[in-house]
Amino acid sequence: MKPDPCALLPERFEAWFASRGWSARAHQLALLALARAGRSALLVAPTGAGKTLAGFLPSMVELADGVRGEPRMHTLYISPLKALAVDVARNLETPSREMGLPFAIETRTGDTPSHKRARQMERPPDILLTTPEQLALMLAHRDARELFSGLRRVVLDELHALVASKRGDLLSLGLARLFSLAPDLAAFGLSATVREPQALARYLTPDPARPPEIVTVTGGARPDIRMLETDRALPQVGHTAAVSMPAIYDLIRAHRTTLVFVNTRMQAEFVFQALWNLNDDALPIALHHGSLDVEQRRKVEAAMTAGKLRAVVCTATLDLGVDWGDVDLVVNVGAPKGASRIMQRIGRANHTLDEPSKAYLVPANRFEILECRAALDAVEEAAQDTPDLNPGALDVLAQHVLGMACAEPFAADALYEETLRAAPYAALDRETFDEVIRFVATGGYALTAYERFARIVQGADGLWRVRDRHVAQQYRMNVGTIVEATMVKVRLGRIGRAGSPMGRGGRVLGEVEEYFAETLTPGDTFLFAGEVLTFHGLTEDAALVSRASAGTDPKIPSYAGGKFPLSTFLAERVRGYLAEPESWARLPAQLVELLESQRRRSLLPGRENLLVETFMRGGRSYLVAYPFEGRLAHQTLGMLLTRRLERARMKPLGFVANDYGLAVWGLRDLGLAAAGDPGLIDALFAQDMLGDDLEAWLEESNLMKRTFRYCAVIAGLIERRFPGQKKTQRQVTVSTDLVYDVLRRHDPGHILLRAARADAATGLLDIRRLAKMLSRVEGRIVHKALDRVSPLAVSIMLEIGRERIYGEGADDMLAEAEAMLMREAQGEDLV
Amino acid sequence: MNAPALMPRSCAPHAFSLGRLALVCDLSGVLCLPDEDALLVADLHFEKGSSRARRGFLLPPYDTRDTLSRLAAVIAAHDPRRVIAMGDSFHDPHAAQRLCAEDREALAGLMRGREWLWLTGNHDPDAPAGIGGDAAAEIEVAGVRLRHEPSTAPGPEIAGHLHPVAKVVGRGGRVRRRCFATSGERCVMPAFGAYAGGLNVRDPAFAPLFPDGLVARVIGRERVYGVGAGMLAGD
Repeated sequence: MKPDPCALLPERFEAWFASRGWSARAHQLALLALARAGRSALLVAPTGAGKTLAGFLPSMVELADGVRGEPRMHTLYISPLKALAVDVARNLETPSREMGLPFAIETRTGDTPSHKRARQMERPPDILLTTPEQLALMLAHRDARELFSGLRRVVLDELHALVASKRGDLLSLGLARLFSLAPDLAAFGLSATVREPQALARYLTPDPARPPEIVTVTGGARPDIRMLETDRALPQVGHTAAVSMPAIYDLIRAHRTTLVFVNTRMQAEFVFQALWNLNDDALPIALHHGSLDVEQRRKVEAAMTAGKLRAVVCTATLDLGVDWGDVDLVVNVGAPKGASRIMQRIGRANHTLDEPSKAYLVPANRFEILECRAALDAVEEAAQDTPDLNPGALDVLAQHVLGMACAEPFAADALYEETLRAAPYAALDRETFDEVIRFVATGGYALTAYERFARIVQGADGLWRVRDRHVAQQYRMNVGTIVEATMVKVRLGRIGRAGSPMGRGGRVLGEVEEYFAETLTPGDTFLFAGEVLTFHGLTEDAALVSRASAGTDPKIPSYAGGKFPLSTFLAERVRGYLAEPESWARLPAQLVELLESQRRRSLLPGRENLLVETFMRGGRSYLVAYPFEGRLAHQTLGMLLTRRLERARMKPLGFVANDYGLAVWGLRDLGLAAAGDPGLIDALFAQDMLGDDLEAWLEESNLMKRTFRYCAVIAGLIERRFPGQKKTQRQVTVSTDLVYDVLRRHDPGHILLRAARADAATGLLDIRRLAKMLSRVEGRIVHKALDRVSPLAVSIMLEIGRERIYGEGADDMLAEAEAMLMREAQGEDLV
Repeated sequence: MNAPALMPRSCAPHAFSLGRLALVCDLSGVLCLPDEDALLVADLHFEKGSSRARRGFLLPPYDTRDTLSRLAAVIAAHDPRRVIAMGDSFHDPHAAQRLCAEDREALAGLMRGREWLWLTGNHDPDAPAGIGGDAAAEIEVAGVRLRHEPSTAPGPEIAGHLHPVAKVVGRGGRVRRRCFATSGERCVMPAFGAYAGGLNVRDPAFAPLFPDGLVARVIGRERVYGVGAGMLAGD
């Protein structure tokens, strides 16, 4: 397409561009031309290409004449972060003001006051910037049809970050509804570079036969990215990168503004603390992560935008395209975990296309050197590993169906047709859809008990409608797909003798996940909000803490490698390096040393095979395997192996897993048993473990229960827990663990169990990846019996004792506690 | 800390006594009184699921039959002459009417040929209508007081109401299980109902009942374990 710039861009805009010394870019003009033709489009461009402006320019041009009748929404912009929506609104105000454009731009997020939201329904702005959750709420409003009927364009920012998640599913359903309500609607998707733009483009059209145009911006300066070299020895395990802190501090000193990305909140706390200890120049360095008090986060963001900070240590909360000002260096501490993720983080430095982004990868342990190397090579080749798009989640569909009933009565046939237009649900069968409707109505149980409590009811006209206003209110309380871990406040204060807090308690410093607080015992010290705190105990809704005396070493809890498992793509490369000693020249000496000694004393894991080592140590038999499939898949594998070993009477005692491999240990010598039975190891890893063993384990797996809880909340089966809700109140509600047990026993085919199993396959249990691995290595298992621990095994063995055990060990633990009591009763000394 | 008085070396942790009454903690969560040929079951909370459904949360409606089928298994195993439900057997005053025919039938089958006593609880302050069995607020069996809500009056006493669970923290992990909270004076039974949650025995609600500490008889997968206060973690 050859757009004629003069025709596409009105003079007023041309002049404004010129006044800034700019001219409209080719992709911006291309979107103008597509908009004029009423087409939808996906714009794929690296950071700094002026994506957001490209997405808005057509709407601004169309609205520039100001001849519109009554107020109607023209353009809807949806971003994954409310901060991003607010930021974009701010950025649009400048051109709009300077060109004197006569239209209204507003944002709508969870923070927007309710009177303003109500007014927006009545008199909408021309351009509304919002989030997927707010879109769902608006679409469930009685006036949705009226509100959106004249909508011309929807702009989906950071689309790559929205899809491939339940939020993406919810958004796709909302989009399908928008296409139904607004006949003239066109969709623009804005995305960072992705592996399969076609799959993403499908998202933007209700009709696969009419795919949107894909506009790709290539080029941009090659990023200047390297691994941080250190002459100090990296540890075998750990994620704190402690030895690299002085080098990171020097980098911060040498740059204007540095973003230091880490994978977890704990790492953020550690790195911030370490940098602060080194900060002899008193550089303004700040900390930003999701658990900090909102006030504190806003302060950091403001200081950042104002250019007052030299560095911010942050987690994924700053991953996406919010423009925090003049960043000229990105440092990524710890394993990159995925090539696309690291590219997007690097893109945070230098928000212009022509200057190279500058970044350092900082491995925290020797294994992570391999991962950093793999990421560097991927960036070099511009290879992408954005995740596959999964079929749409059924719990999300259930939420959407209830929302649609809140908006207006619906016919099942029509809503089914509309659902198929949402990309993730294109292959949904009618039977499943009807089951979802039954679930929304009466719970969808084989035992029909709840007819009189139905949430939606079918009238004589065949239409489904909500039973009463109470149901609609419940829907509004529950909208969205983000199920937060239950949080408890971190509050200054102490526990009195009776177990209740002394006095009223002090200032709230922020929040931590409840499960983390539960791992603390009184007297433990941990890092939070940049301080070392001493834990005193839990009250109903708060962890009581005091500031530890200066110089106290925090007990940093273990967390295995961050929230994101190693991507399949990087894993494959890492296996490749290991298998090809000729590539080692590019690796640091300390890692080569480790690999050499592994080669001498055992074997190197191959590209396609699976290395399994066995050895005895301290009277226990160990089995260590190196699948490189990420921590989640390894945990599942560890659990299944343990069950099998138990059946084979090998008396397994426990297992640990990290991103690279896993270790299982027990009482009987596995090496010896394998010597007597050559098929033993192969049988241990046979694919059929994903059948009955998996089923049996799922029955009691905590991870499965957690997965089920997320589905149950999203689908509206149980109440959401809100922060600050008291524990006594929570005890009134029914625990989803109990619900899961009962449902599994009495209605194993129930739709929510199906939803939870689908999630487990890709989520916390990563069964799909495990299945692929098991089939890949079938017949290719290399067993090496050793007389002692191998160099590679050390890093996995060091995880022992840092991880919790699951299910199996429970009775042992109770027996141990009982033995303590017996000794106590017999008057023995307790150590 | 003083050694708990009720943990004789020779005795298995599931068996203990209050006054002259011998008691056996069953893995299912009921308490057996072998000398009385009686079985005690606490906090059945029948129809808790449908009670939530009335408020728009359509929990699986199988809790009653799940509870009943587990109870049926215990009753079949022990075939007691007398069953005493320790209160909160029905989740709300209308729960008995909501029982579906099949569950009603199953319950009647369990009651047939036995002495059956419903102690009243805060969820079911009145005797259930049309179900059968006797009802009382409190009774005495072999010198031990049985009531729904534990009292601080001198024992011996067996009660329910609090849904005790124990959390044990061990090497790298933790277990949270239903338990019998016991002392030489008192036993608070675990809840039996499928949807009945649990309250940690370290909660302040237990403190006045066990001024000299308690032993949690924790229900494991294979047997009941006796765990002392020193090994119990709070939530």
